[in-house]
Amino acid sequence: MDEIIVADGLVKQFDAVMAVADISFCVRRGEMLGFLGPNGAGKTTTINMLTGLARPDAGAIHIAGVDCVANPKAAQYHIGVVPDESNLYPELTGFENLCFCAALYGMPKQVRQQRARELLTTFGLVKASDRKFGGYSKGMKRKLTIAAGIIHRPKILFLDEPTMGLDVSGARQLRQLIADLHGAGTTIFLTTHYIEEAERLCDRVAFIVSGRIVKTGSIPELLAPIQGKHGMLLVCDGHDTEATQTLAEAFPEMTFTRQDKDTLRVEADSPILVGPLARSLEAHHVEILEARRVRPSLEDVFVDITGIEAKAMSDKR
Amino acid sequence: MSSWIAFWNIVRKDIKAYYLKPPNITWGLIFPLAWTAMFFIRTGGEVEDVLYLLPGVTAVSILFGATSMLAVTVTFEKKNRSFERLLLAPVSFQTLMLAKTSGAILFGALNVLAPVMIALFLTDLSAVAWHVFVPAVFLIAATSTFFGLFIAVAVNEVFEAQTYSNFFRFPMIFLCGLFFPIEQIPPLLRPFSYLLPLTYGADMLHGAVHGGNTLSLTVSFIVLCAFCTALFLVSLWNIRRKWIM
Repeated sequence: MDEIIVADGLVKQFDAVMAVADISFCVRRGEMLGFLGPNGAGKTTTINMLTGLARPDAGAIHIAGVDCVANPKAAQYHIGVVPDESNLYPELTGFENLCFCAALYGMPKQVRQQRARELLTTFGLVKASDRKFGGYSKGMKRKLTIAAGIIHRPKILFLDEPTMGLDVSGARQLRQLIADLHGAGTTIFLTTHYIEEAERLCDRVAFIVSGRIVKTGSIPELLAPIQGKHGMLLVCDGHDTEATQTLAEAFPEMTFTRQDKDTLRVEADSPILVGPLARSLEAHHVEILEARRVRPSLEDVFVDITGIEAKAMSDKR
Repeated sequence: MSSWIAFWNIVRKDIKAYYLKPPNITWGLIFPLAWTAMFFIRTGGEVEDVLYLLPGVTAVSILFGATSMLAVTVTFEKKNRSFERLLLAPVSFQTLMLAKTSGAILFGALNVLAPVMIALFLTDLSAVAWHVFVPAVFLIAATSTFFGLFIAVAVNEVFEAQTYSNFFRFPMIFLCGLFFPIEQIPPLLRPFSYLLPLTYGADMLHGAVHGGNTLSLTVSFIVLCAFCTALFLVSLWNIRRKWIM
């Protein structure tokens, strides 16, 4: 596969804050790259530089072979952008918004109207096509914003936190739409703080922390180091620090992490048996209410590499 | 061709979304009406006075209409981030900003309809040199719009746009010879009059309506064109500097 986005040595500083510190990466044609990191890690600044909304202080960007730093307007023909907040025109209808966005790319009237109708059908918005965008629900707004991003059939689509703030069913629908777009051959650059979302959708993932890319790889490559690990979540009644300490001493081959007041996470290189753990806890008058096997995930890799808890990342957001 | 499609659709969208809204249309009628009535009563109420009030009322209607609309709409679009959509489009900044300003220029020029209609109803306008009046109207609308753009680029909030606009607009009413000749302004302030584009626009209008221009029409025309170009280029430079971080 050839490389459709190439970023080399990108640097961006705002006053004393180093937003992006010398990052390099590439995205292959037809690939979906997940850009994962906590708030303030430099994700949006990177997208802004790649899309021509910000000028890098140093470094080079090539989009579909076009030098984006020297000629951002030429590069913008190849890209579609879906920002983290829906930014269409509230006073225009869904149909008018799509037609307007198509016109910005020079599409003739007949072509843009046909394309707008086609996208409204694909995104299940036909009934709302004559309603003003300002009256749409959050999920409908996100869908129409994505439709606007692909109205000109771009080779590359930048999605900035596409499911943020959506309810479960809205987010699921949107993920399916993104997967379909990817399946149709669109190259997608996805930033998200939902690690599960990246794991489910992306071919490769780059972790960015404090303006630096700390790890890049395909999902299997990233999961490889923890592939043999076993995990279990124990929900206990009356669990305390002393009990955790006792378990750690009794089972040195395992690691115990208290996730919250009642939940304990156990990890080991070999299968974990509940019986010995239950007996040990019973001695401290702690009862196991629930034991659930957990599959090692990208979240564990992220925590291992960055030291940032995924939950803390979401909460911060 | 593709730039033209984008240009035309931006203009059309702005006219539909902002300029043709009922509050703006009524504002475009009430504002000139109020100005005309105020000066008509103040100057003694002779119908012939309308001819001498027309240039001032025309200029002030364009000034307030054009500067307000562009400064507010651009700031509003920046605030709700829909302006980003334009910046992300493969359209040059020049085309983009010319499209954004064209709607406001047209809106500013159309604000003239109310005072002209009133004057037409009250007095004889057969002596008006329309071939000077119409270009003057469009040049004042263009300079006012580019002035509004200049302010829009400088501020972040809609209320700031209004505040800064008024800071310049109200002194212009007194300094630009709209309702009394510049010769009546204290000599110390007179140089400031000639630094303001409205002075040249108002002078052209006085010349067109009752032959009362003090400057050469050619000079006024050239100076207004120069103001338009300078304000537009400075705004473009500011947009590149401030909005493409």
